[in-house]
Amino acid sequence: MSGHVSPISLYITIFMALMVLTVATVGAAFVDLGQFNFLVAMIIAGFKATLVIWYFMHVKYASKLTKLTVATGIFFLAILLGLFLVDYGSKAFTQMPPFLS
Amino acid sequence: MSNVAAHADDRGHAHAHHPALQHHFDTMAQQKEAAVVGMWVFLLTEILFFGGLFAAYMVYRIWYFDAFAEASRSLSLFWGGLNTAVLIGSSLTMAMAVRCAQTNKRTATVNWLILTMILGAVFLGVKVIEYADKFEHHHVPGYNFQWAAAHEAPAAGEHAVAASEGAAAAEGHRELSLTPAQLQLTTQIYFSLYFTMTGLHALHMIIGIGIMLVITRMAYQGKFDQEYYTPVEMAGLYWHFVDIVWIFLFPLLYLVERHV
Repeated sequence: MSGHVSPISLYITIFMALMVLTVATVGAAFVDLGQFNFLVAMIIAGFKATLVIWYFMHVKYASKLTKLTVATGIFFLAILLGLFLVDYGSKAFTQMPPFLS
Repeated sequence: MSNVAAHADDRGHAHAHHPALQHHFDTMAQQKEAAVVGMWVFLLTEILFFGGLFAAYMVYRIWYFDAFAEASRSLSLFWGGLNTAVLIGSSLTMAMAVRCAQTNKRTATVNWLILTMILGAVFLGVKVIEYADKFEHHHVPGYNFQWAAAHEAPAAGEHAVAASEGAAAAEGHRELSLTPAQLQLTTQIYFSLYFTMTGLHALHMIIGIGIMLVITRMAYQGKFDQEYYTPVEMAGLYWHFVDIVWIFLFPLLYLVERHV
Protein backbone atom coordinates (compact mmCIF):
# COMPACT_ATOMS: atom_id res chain seq x y z
CA MET A 1 0.00 0.00 0.00
CA SER A 2 1.70 3.09 -1.20
CA GLY A 3 1.25 6.54 0.27
CA HIS A 4 -0.38 9.51 -1.34
CA VAL A 5 1.39 10.59 -4.53
CA SER A 6 1.34 14.36 -4.96
CA PRO A 7 1.15 15.79 -8.49
CA ILE A 8 4.39 17.27 -9.83
CA SER A 9 2.61 20.58 -10.40
CA LEU A 10 2.01 20.86 -6.65
CA TYR A 11 5.72 20.44 -5.91
CA ILE A 12 6.61 23.06 -8.53
CA THR A 13 4.04 25.45 -7.06
CA ILE A 14 5.42 25.00 -3.53
CA PHE A 15 8.96 25.50 -4.83
CA MET A 16 7.96 28.73 -6.60
CA ALA A 17 6.14 29.94 -3.48
CA LEU A 18 9.24 29.28 -1.37
CA MET A 19 11.42 31.21 -3.82
CA VAL A 20 9.01 34.15 -3.92
CA LEU A 21 8.86 34.22 -0.13
CA THR A 22 12.68 34.19 0.03
CA VAL A 23 12.78 37.26 -2.22
CA ALA A 24 10.01 38.80 -0.09
CA THR A 25 11.92 38.30 3.16
CA VAL A 26 15.06 39.90 1.68
CA GLY A 27 12.97 42.78 0.33
CA ALA A 28 11.18 43.30 3.62
CA ALA A 29 14.53 43.48 5.43
CA PHE A 30 15.44 46.60 3.44
CA VAL A 31 12.26 48.43 4.44
CA ASP A 32 12.39 50.15 7.81
CA LEU A 33 9.46 48.63 9.68
CA GLY A 34 10.94 49.40 13.08
CA GLN A 35 10.18 46.65 15.54
CA PHE A 36 8.14 44.78 12.96
CA ASN A 37 11.13 43.85 10.77
CA PHE A 38 11.88 40.88 12.99
CA LEU A 39 8.25 39.81 13.24
CA VAL A 40 7.74 39.98 9.46
CA ALA A 41 10.92 37.93 8.87
CA MET A 42 9.79 35.27 11.34
CA ILE A 43 6.23 35.13 9.99
CA ILE A 44 7.58 34.60 6.45
CA ALA A 45 10.05 31.95 7.67
CA GLY A 46 7.28 30.24 9.64
CA PHE A 47 5.03 30.21 6.58
CA LYS A 48 7.85 28.75 4.44
CA ALA A 49 8.52 26.07 7.05
CA THR A 50 4.82 25.23 7.14
CA LEU A 51 4.73 24.78 3.36
CA VAL A 52 7.72 22.43 3.51
CA ILE A 53 6.28 20.40 6.41
CA TRP A 54 2.77 20.21 5.00
CA TYR A 55 3.53 19.38 1.35
CA PHE A 56 7.16 18.26 0.93
CA MET A 57 7.15 16.22 4.12
CA HIS A 58 3.68 14.83 3.36
CA VAL A 59 2.26 15.69 6.78
CA LYS A 60 -0.95 16.75 5.06
CA TYR A 61 -1.55 13.13 4.09
CA ALA A 62 -0.11 11.61 7.27
CA SER A 63 -1.98 9.93 10.10
CA LYS A 64 -3.32 11.85 13.09
CA LEU A 65 -0.59 10.31 15.21
CA THR A 66 2.09 11.79 12.92
CA LYS A 67 0.36 15.17 12.91
CA LEU A 68 0.23 15.10 16.71
CA THR A 69 3.95 14.24 16.86
CA VAL A 70 4.81 17.21 14.63
CA ALA A 71 2.60 19.52 16.69
CA THR A 72 4.30 18.28 19.87
CA GLY A 73 7.69 19.30 18.52
CA ILE A 74 6.50 22.82 17.74
CA PHE A 75 4.73 23.02 21.10
CA PHE A 76 7.87 22.15 23.04
CA LEU A 77 9.95 24.57 20.98
CA ALA A 78 7.44 27.27 21.91
CA ILE A 79 7.82 26.33 25.60
CA LEU A 80 11.61 26.47 25.31
CA LEU A 81 11.71 29.88 23.63
CA GLY A 82 8.73 31.28 25.55
CA LEU A 83 10.07 30.46 29.01
CA PHE A 84 13.51 31.75 27.98
CA LEU A 85 11.84 35.09 27.21
CA VAL A 86 9.83 35.09 30.43
CA ASP A 87 12.97 34.35 32.44
CA TYR A 88 15.38 36.78 30.80
CA GLY A 89 12.66 39.37 30.17
CA SER A 90 11.97 39.62 33.88
CA LYS A 91 15.59 40.52 34.61
CA ALA A 92 16.48 44.16 35.08
CA PHE A 93 19.56 43.80 32.86
CA THR A 94 17.51 42.77 29.84
CA GLN A 95 16.15 45.61 27.75
CA MET A 96 13.28 43.94 25.95
CA PRO A 97 12.32 44.93 22.41
CA PRO A 98 9.26 47.21 22.30
CA PHE A 99 6.83 44.57 21.11
CA LEU A 100 7.57 42.40 24.12
CA SER A 101 7.62 45.01 26.85
CA MET B 1 -3.92 4.64 8.59
CA SER B 2 -5.10 1.06 8.48
CA ASN B 3 -5.09 -0.15 12.00
CA VAL B 4 -7.00 -3.27 11.22
CA ALA B 5 -6.38 -6.13 13.58
CA ALA B 6 -4.04 -8.68 12.16
CA HIS B 7 -5.90 -11.08 9.93
CA ALA B 8 -2.74 -12.55 8.56
CA ASP B 9 -2.89 -16.10 9.70
CA ASP B 10 0.17 -17.09 11.58
CA ARG B 11 1.07 -19.81 9.18
CA GLY B 12 0.73 -17.11 6.59
CA HIS B 13 3.69 -17.67 4.37
CA ALA B 14 1.42 -19.40 1.95
CA HIS B 15 0.66 -16.20 0.09
CA ALA B 16 3.58 -14.02 -0.89
CA HIS B 17 4.54 -11.26 1.51
CA HIS B 18 6.48 -8.29 0.32
CA PRO B 19 10.15 -9.18 0.90
CA ALA B 20 10.69 -5.90 2.79
CA LEU B 21 7.92 -6.66 5.31
CA GLN B 22 9.57 -7.52 8.60
CA HIS B 23 8.05 -10.28 10.68
CA HIS B 24 6.99 -8.05 13.59
CA PHE B 25 4.69 -5.98 11.37
CA ASP B 26 1.35 -7.13 10.04
CA THR B 27 1.13 -4.97 6.95
CA MET B 28 3.35 -2.73 4.84
CA ALA B 29 1.19 0.24 5.84
CA GLN B 30 1.72 -0.48 9.53
CA GLN B 31 5.46 -0.82 8.98
CA LYS B 32 5.61 2.49 7.13
CA GLU B 33 3.53 4.26 9.78
CA ALA B 34 5.93 3.09 12.48
CA ALA B 35 8.88 4.43 10.49
CA VAL B 36 7.22 7.79 9.82
CA VAL B 37 6.28 8.36 13.48
CA GLY B 38 9.71 7.19 14.62
CA MET B 39 11.43 9.55 12.19
CA TRP B 40 9.31 12.47 13.36
CA VAL B 41 10.14 11.69 16.99
CA PHE B 42 13.82 11.86 16.01
CA LEU B 43 13.23 15.15 14.18
CA LEU B 44 11.47 16.40 17.30
CA THR B 45 14.67 15.91 19.29
CA GLU B 46 16.50 17.72 16.49
CA ILE B 47 14.08 20.66 16.75
CA LEU B 48 14.95 21.02 20.42
CA PHE B 49 18.66 20.45 19.70
CA PHE B 50 18.67 23.44 17.37
CA GLY B 51 16.11 25.12 19.66
CA GLY B 52 18.74 25.55 22.37
CA LEU B 53 20.91 27.48 19.95
CA PHE B 54 17.97 29.56 18.78
CA ALA B 55 17.22 30.37 22.42
CA ALA B 56 20.83 31.48 23.03
CA TYR B 57 20.70 33.52 19.84
CA MET B 58 17.45 35.16 20.96
CA VAL B 59 18.81 36.30 24.33
CA TYR B 60 22.09 37.65 22.94
CA ARG B 61 20.32 39.37 20.08
CA ILE B 62 18.11 41.20 22.59
CA TRP B 63 21.10 42.12 24.74
CA TYR B 64 23.46 43.22 21.97
CA PHE B 65 21.16 44.09 19.10
CA ASP B 66 23.48 46.72 17.63
CA ALA B 67 26.41 44.32 17.55
CA PHE B 68 24.22 41.70 15.86
CA ALA B 69 22.98 44.27 13.34
CA GLU B 70 26.53 45.41 12.55
CA ALA B 71 27.97 41.92 12.29
CA SER B 72 25.00 40.71 10.23
CA ARG B 73 25.60 43.48 7.69
CA SER B 74 29.12 42.12 7.10
CA LEU B 75 27.69 38.86 5.75
CA SER B 76 27.24 38.55 2.00
CA LEU B 77 23.57 38.66 1.07
CA PHE B 78 24.46 37.26 -2.34
CA TRP B 79 25.99 34.04 -1.01
CA GLY B 80 23.34 33.70 1.67
CA GLY B 81 20.49 34.23 -0.77
CA LEU B 82 22.05 31.90 -3.31
CA ASN B 83 22.42 29.18 -0.69
CA THR B 84 18.80 29.59 0.35
CA ALA B 85 17.71 29.13 -3.27
CA VAL B 86 20.03 26.14 -3.69
CA LEU B 87 18.66 24.45 -0.57
CA ILE B 88 15.03 25.08 -1.52
CA GLY B 89 15.86 23.66 -4.94
CA SER B 90 17.39 20.59 -3.32
CA SER B 91 14.19 20.12 -1.31
CA LEU B 92 12.27 20.11 -4.59
CA THR B 93 14.60 17.51 -6.13
CA MET B 94 14.34 15.42 -2.95
CA ALA B 95 10.54 15.56 -3.09
CA MET B 96 10.78 14.46 -6.73
CA ALA B 97 13.06 11.58 -5.76
CA VAL B 98 10.50 10.36 -3.21
CA ARG B 99 7.73 10.76 -5.78
CA CYS B 100 9.63 8.72 -8.35
CA ALA B 101 10.25 6.01 -5.76
CA GLN B 102 6.52 6.02 -5.00
CA THR B 103 5.72 5.57 -8.67
CA ASN B 104 8.28 2.84 -9.24
CA LYS B 105 10.68 4.82 -11.44
CA ARG B 106 14.06 3.46 -10.48
CA THR B 107 16.36 5.44 -12.80
CA ALA B 108 14.56 8.71 -12.14
CA THR B 109 14.79 8.13 -8.38
CA VAL B 110 18.55 7.61 -8.64
CA ASN B 111 18.94 10.70 -10.83
CA TRP B 112 16.90 12.98 -8.55
CA LEU B 113 18.86 11.73 -5.54
CA ILE B 114 22.16 12.44 -7.28
CA LEU B 115 20.93 15.93 -8.23
CA THR B 116 19.92 16.52 -4.60
CA MET B 117 23.41 15.52 -3.45
CA ILE B 118 24.99 17.84 -6.01
CA LEU B 119 22.87 20.76 -4.77
CA GLY B 120 23.84 19.87 -1.20
CA ALA B 121 27.51 19.93 -2.25
CA VAL B 122 27.00 23.32 -3.92
CA PHE B 123 25.57 24.63 -0.65
CA LEU B 124 28.58 23.35 1.28
CA GLY B 125 30.94 24.80 -1.34
CA VAL B 126 29.37 28.24 -0.92
CA LYS B 127 29.69 27.79 2.83
CA VAL B 128 33.43 27.15 2.37
CA ILE B 129 33.74 30.42 0.43
CA GLU B 130 31.90 32.25 3.20
CA TYR B 131 33.96 30.67 5.99
CA ALA B 132 37.21 31.45 4.16
CA ASP B 133 36.04 35.06 3.89
CA LYS B 134 35.50 35.16 7.67
CA PHE B 135 39.02 33.88 8.29
CA GLU B 136 40.43 36.45 5.88
CA HIS B 137 38.65 39.32 7.63
CA HIS B 138 39.53 38.09 11.15
CA HIS B 139 35.87 37.45 11.89
CA VAL B 140 36.50 34.12 13.53
CA PRO B 141 36.06 34.40 17.32
CA GLY B 142 39.25 33.99 19.28
CA TYR B 143 42.65 35.61 19.63
CA ASN B 144 42.77 36.97 16.09
CA PHE B 145 39.26 38.32 16.06
CA GLN B 146 39.27 41.88 14.77
CA TRP B 147 36.10 43.84 14.23
CA ALA B 148 37.32 45.88 11.24
CA ALA B 149 36.73 49.60 11.24
CA ALA B 150 35.53 49.33 7.67
CA HIS B 151 32.16 48.14 8.87
CA GLU B 152 31.73 50.94 11.36
CA ALA B 153 30.36 54.26 10.34
CA PRO B 154 33.23 56.77 10.66
CA ALA B 155 33.58 57.85 14.26
CA ALA B 156 30.43 55.98 15.14
CA GLY B 157 31.70 55.32 18.60
CA GLU B 158 32.40 58.93 19.55
CA HIS B 159 28.93 59.90 20.56
CA ALA B 160 27.89 56.39 21.34
CA VAL B 161 28.44 56.67 25.06
CA ALA B 162 26.49 59.89 25.18
CA ALA B 163 23.61 58.47 23.20
CA SER B 164 20.85 57.54 25.58
CA GLU B 165 19.37 54.08 25.33
CA GLY B 166 16.00 55.35 24.21
CA ALA B 167 17.53 57.30 21.34
CA ALA B 168 18.07 54.07 19.44
CA ALA B 169 14.77 54.64 17.70
CA ALA B 170 16.05 57.76 15.94
CA GLU B 171 15.38 57.80 12.24
CA GLY B 172 17.92 57.16 9.48
CA HIS B 173 21.49 56.38 10.42
CA ARG B 174 21.08 55.94 14.10
CA GLU B 175 23.97 56.06 16.50
CA LEU B 176 25.24 52.75 17.67
CA SER B 177 24.77 52.17 21.35
CA LEU B 178 28.11 50.40 21.63
CA THR B 179 31.65 51.73 21.63
CA PRO B 180 34.23 50.16 19.28
CA ALA B 181 35.69 48.29 22.25
CA GLN B 182 32.27 46.91 23.14
CA LEU B 183 31.63 46.03 19.51
CA GLN B 184 34.92 44.13 19.41
CA LEU B 185 33.63 41.96 22.26
CA THR B 186 29.97 41.61 21.38
CA THR B 187 30.33 40.97 17.65
CA GLN B 188 32.38 37.95 18.68
CA ILE B 189 29.27 36.57 20.36
CA TYR B 190 27.40 36.97 17.08
CA PHE B 191 30.12 35.17 15.15
CA SER B 192 30.35 32.42 17.78
CA LEU B 193 26.65 31.78 17.26
CA TYR B 194 27.07 32.15 13.49
CA PHE B 195 29.75 29.47 13.35
CA THR B 196 27.99 27.16 15.81
CA MET B 197 24.60 27.35 14.09
CA THR B 198 25.79 27.23 10.49
CA GLY B 199 28.45 24.67 11.43
CA LEU B 200 25.92 22.36 13.05
CA HIS B 201 23.64 22.88 10.07
CA ALA B 202 26.49 22.08 7.67
CA LEU B 203 27.28 18.94 9.68
CA HIS B 204 23.66 17.87 9.22
CA MET B 205 24.02 18.46 5.49
CA ILE B 206 27.16 16.32 5.34
CA ILE B 207 25.37 13.53 7.23
CA GLY B 208 22.39 13.97 4.92
CA ILE B 209 24.57 13.53 1.84
CA GLY B 210 26.09 10.43 3.47
CA ILE B 211 22.62 8.98 4.07
CA MET B 212 21.66 9.78 0.50
CA LEU B 213 24.71 7.97 -0.86
CA VAL B 214 23.48 4.79 0.84
CA ILE B 215 19.88 5.36 -0.30
CA THR B 216 21.00 6.03 -3.87
CA ARG B 217 22.94 2.78 -3.91
CA MET B 218 19.91 0.90 -2.58
CA ALA B 219 17.69 2.55 -5.19
CA TYR B 220 20.17 1.67 -7.92
CA GLN B 221 20.12 -1.95 -6.79
CA GLY B 222 16.36 -1.91 -7.20
CA LYS B 223 15.47 -2.43 -3.55
CA PHE B 224 12.49 -0.07 -3.72
CA ASP B 225 9.13 -0.24 -5.42
CA GLN B 226 5.76 1.45 -4.96
CA GLU B 227 5.06 -0.84 -2.00
CA TYR B 228 8.32 -0.16 -0.21
CA TYR B 229 10.20 3.12 -0.48
CA THR B 230 10.38 4.00 3.23
CA PRO B 231 14.17 4.68 3.30
CA VAL B 232 13.82 7.23 0.48
CA GLU B 233 10.96 8.92 2.29
CA MET B 234 12.87 8.97 5.61
CA ALA B 235 15.95 10.48 3.94
CA GLY B 236 13.56 13.03 2.44
CA LEU B 237 12.10 13.95 5.84
CA TYR B 238 15.62 14.48 7.20
CA TRP B 239 16.68 16.57 4.22
CA HIS B 240 13.55 18.76 4.37
CA PHE B 241 14.13 19.27 8.09
CA VAL B 242 17.65 20.53 7.39
CA ASP B 243 16.13 22.84 4.78
CA ILE B 244 13.68 24.21 7.37
CA VAL B 245 16.52 24.97 9.80
CA TRP B 246 18.19 27.02 7.08
CA ILE B 247 14.91 28.80 6.28
CA PHE B 248 15.12 30.21 9.82
CA LEU B 249 18.90 30.67 9.94
CA PHE B 250 18.93 32.82 6.81
CA PRO B 251 16.80 35.73 8.12
CA LEU B 252 18.20 35.40 11.65
CA LEU B 253 21.85 35.60 10.61
CA TYR B 254 21.85 37.55 7.34
CA LEU B 255 18.92 39.95 7.76
CA VAL B 256 19.17 41.28 11.31
CA GLU B 257 18.96 44.93 10.23
CA ARG B 258 19.58 45.67 6.57
CA HIS B 259 17.62 48.87 6.06
CA VAL B 260 20.05 51.23 7.79
